[in-house]
Amino acid sequence: MSTSWTVRTREALGRTLPADQLLPDRQPVYVASWIYVFGVLTICALLVVLASGAVLAVGGVAWWHVSSLGRYVNSVHLWSVELFFVFMVVHLWGKFWMAAWRGRRALTWMTGVLAFVCSIGTAFTGYLSQSNFDAQWISTQAKDGLNAVGIGAWFNVLNPGQMLLWHVVLLPFVVGVITIVHVVLVRRHGVVPPIDVAPEEQSARREEARR
Amino acid sequence: MGRMVILATAPSSGAYLHWGVINVSWTNLAIIGAMLVLFVLALLLPFPGERP
Repeated sequence: MSTSWTVRTREALGRTLPADQLLPDRQPVYVASWIYVFGVLTICALLVVLASGAVLAVGGVAWWHVSSLGRYVNSVHLWSVELFFVFMVVHLWGKFWMAAWRGRRALTWMTGVLAFVCSIGTAFTGYLSQSNFDAQWISTQAKDGLNAVGIGAWFNVLNPGQMLLWHVVLLPFVVGVITIVHVVLVRRHGVVPPIDVAPEEQSARREEARR
Repeated sequence: MGRMVILATAPSSGAYLHWGVINVSWTNLAIIGAMLVLFVLALLLPFPGERP
């Protein structure tokens, strides 16, 4: 074993995630179905969410209320989030009904659950960061529930500065990291096969796809 | 001030379906229905280039 931690890390990464698993150029035949498309559609929508959010951050709060371009980017941000959740929920339904945690994929499933929960938190802080009457209404409605579960002192929905920073820094970072881990796990363990595919057939198809 | 009052009292909360404990706006119900249709279509529609 090498004494260099760089070499050891490179070798461990190479063993854990070989290049042909990270970027495969073939997939099993059962992946040719529209239901397998919704995961990547979710990622595409997330990229539009992040890009439009970055433009909103450049323009600032007044800009997205008073300029026509700002209102347009604000709408792109909203509707890409709507599509993000639609695609993610259809992806969730598809994976739930095909029991996608089979075949040592429990961690993949759990990171998906985490991504879903953190995305809800990110969207919630987004609603609180609109800087309009809607944001005020939602924050006053939410504060009692959050205080009742004891987190109001650390996560104060009546503090728009804190909510904006959670929305544009902390939660997008968490969602981004979980999404990357989720995708790496999918690459590591392969796309889950349909339930009626026999185990030996699954491994044969996976080997065929890897060749 | 007058404008704020008008905004605050504007009747824009939408129509809701009340059915027992279920209370959902018709807009959200339509979106949920559209998602279910999308899910069924994703299962049934043939994928381009699919082999028999």
